[in-house]
Amino acid sequence: MRDFAPDMAMTFQAEGLRVGRNGVTLLNVDHLAIDGPGPTLILGPNGAGKSLLLRCLHGLVAPDAGRVLVDGAPCAEALRTRQAMVFQRPVLLRRSVQGNLDFVLRRRGVPRADRPARIAALLAEGGLAQKARQPARSLSGGEAQRLAILRAMATDPEVLFLDEPTSALDPSATQAIEALILDASRRGIRIVMVTHDIGQARRLGQDVVLMHGGRVVEHAPAARFFEAPETPIARRFLAGALVI
Amino acid sequence: MQDFAQEFSLALRLILTGDPDLWEIVLLSLQVSLTAVVIAAAIAMPLGAALAVLRFPGRRAVIVLINALMGLPPVVVGLLVYLSLSRSGPLGVLQLLYTPTAMIIAQVLLVAPIITALTRQTVETLDAEYAEQLRSLGVSRLASVPTLLWDGRLALLTALLAGFGRAIAEVGAVIMVGGNINHVTRVMTTTIALETSKGNLALALALGTILIALAITVTAAVSALVERGEGAEVRHA
Ligand SMILES: Nc1ncnc2c1ncn2[C@@H]1O[C@H](COP(=O)(O)OP(=O)(O)OP(=O)(O)O)[C@@H](O)[C@H]1O
Ligand SMILES: [Mg+2]
Repeated sequence: MRDFAPDMAMTFQAEGLRVGRNGVTLLNVDHLAIDGPGPTLILGPNGAGKSLLLRCLHGLVAPDAGRVLVDGAPCAEALRTRQAMVFQRPVLLRRSVQGNLDFVLRRRGVPRADRPARIAALLAEGGLAQKARQPARSLSGGEAQRLAILRAMATDPEVLFLDEPTSALDPSATQAIEALILDASRRGIRIVMVTHDIGQARRLGQDVVLMHGGRVVEHAPAARFFEAPETPIARRFLAGALVI
Repeated sequence: MQDFAQEFSLALRLILTGDPDLWEIVLLSLQVSLTAVVIAAAIAMPLGAALAVLRFPGRRAVIVLINALMGLPPVVVGLLVYLSLSRSGPLGVLQLLYTPTAMIIAQVLLVAPIITALTRQTVETLDAEYAEQLRSLGVSRLASVPTLLWDGRLALLTALLAGFGRAIAEVGAVIMVGGNINHVTRVMTTTIALETSKGNLALALALGTILIALAITVTAAVSALVERGEGAEVRHA
């Protein structure tokens, strides 16, 4: 069994969270506590509200009702600088690969002289060392996703929200990124990650949140979720029979 | 036709021998229009960016006004600047009428709306894409403006060139406020108009040739920039 640094990571608590658009309820989460020691993996079919939940937890979307507590206190704008999010569709700046990393390091107050070494280390970690000077927006899909992950890590966050971060990656890159994620988790960084890859959820998840129709259907320790899912929806989902 | 050929060879000679009168006019044109574009940009870019990222009451109205100003006939701008600068006008004491400064003011008024509108459009499009990511990185709305301007630099440069194109090709406003005074306020377009009416086709043709060359250069620069921008946009997603 993996060992995770306990009681260090930032915790999240959602209470009575409701988000609607045009009269349709998109998110409806009565209670969700993310305070376990390891990565929290969010599963669910397309349109279940996974990305929306991440946005609410990160504070990018203000709920119509309910609230998100971060370390027990209402979520504040300033908190976001201690968190990082990798979006489902990576948004890369119209700059070089290293320019994208330099941007966040500068914002983090890393002195100019220290940045090149940090950038080189990050790029080596993500296998993008050869691409440092290439315009970021000319990267391949998988390379772009890798850069987005590296850029999030470069902010040295206490929380990492990852929305399907390996959806475009080849098997070896996926493995490398998973290793980075586990390593971050062991260092006490809170990981909240959406994936469609059930194998990945098994490999990384300490606890699993299953979403469906904007609701949290089941939230359980990973071992129990995969061995003995409690709800019919979870059983159907794991059997591959749940479609929206 | 023979006359025309003769005039044209005279025009070429004027250009190639570096006729001092000709080049004085060309240099003044460039000086006036480049200055106007720089001043217009300094006003229009922050204004366009602010309109793109800030939400305030009356924002729509300002945008409509600027779009309307973009289509303002140059002679109307000339008339307004003339009235403001004329001896009895509100700015009459500055005694700027019939000076290059007056022409710069007129061109700033003509060019600023174009640069404002294009800047707003560029920044707004980019903002739609970047807003969430920048917010996630803890960048405030106002602090994101320099990032948006920098990342929209190709489109903004295109806007500047478009503004320069309008400024250098303009006749009506500058002739009204500049007066087309020999060695003082004669620019390419006004000289062409005057010399043609006097029948001095060689000088008019020479200036016309230079103006066309400039227009082609500006257009080529714009399309090269746009192409470069698109080259970097190739995405495999
Ligand atoms: N701004 C919005 N306006 C209207 N509908 C929205 C908006 N944002 C999200 N939705 C809808 O909310 C639902 C949940 O969206 P969300 O992006 O959270 O899904 P998801 O679980 O991440 O799906 P996927 O697995 O496809 O990424 C979807 O049906 C989506 O169309
Ligand atoms: Mg999603």
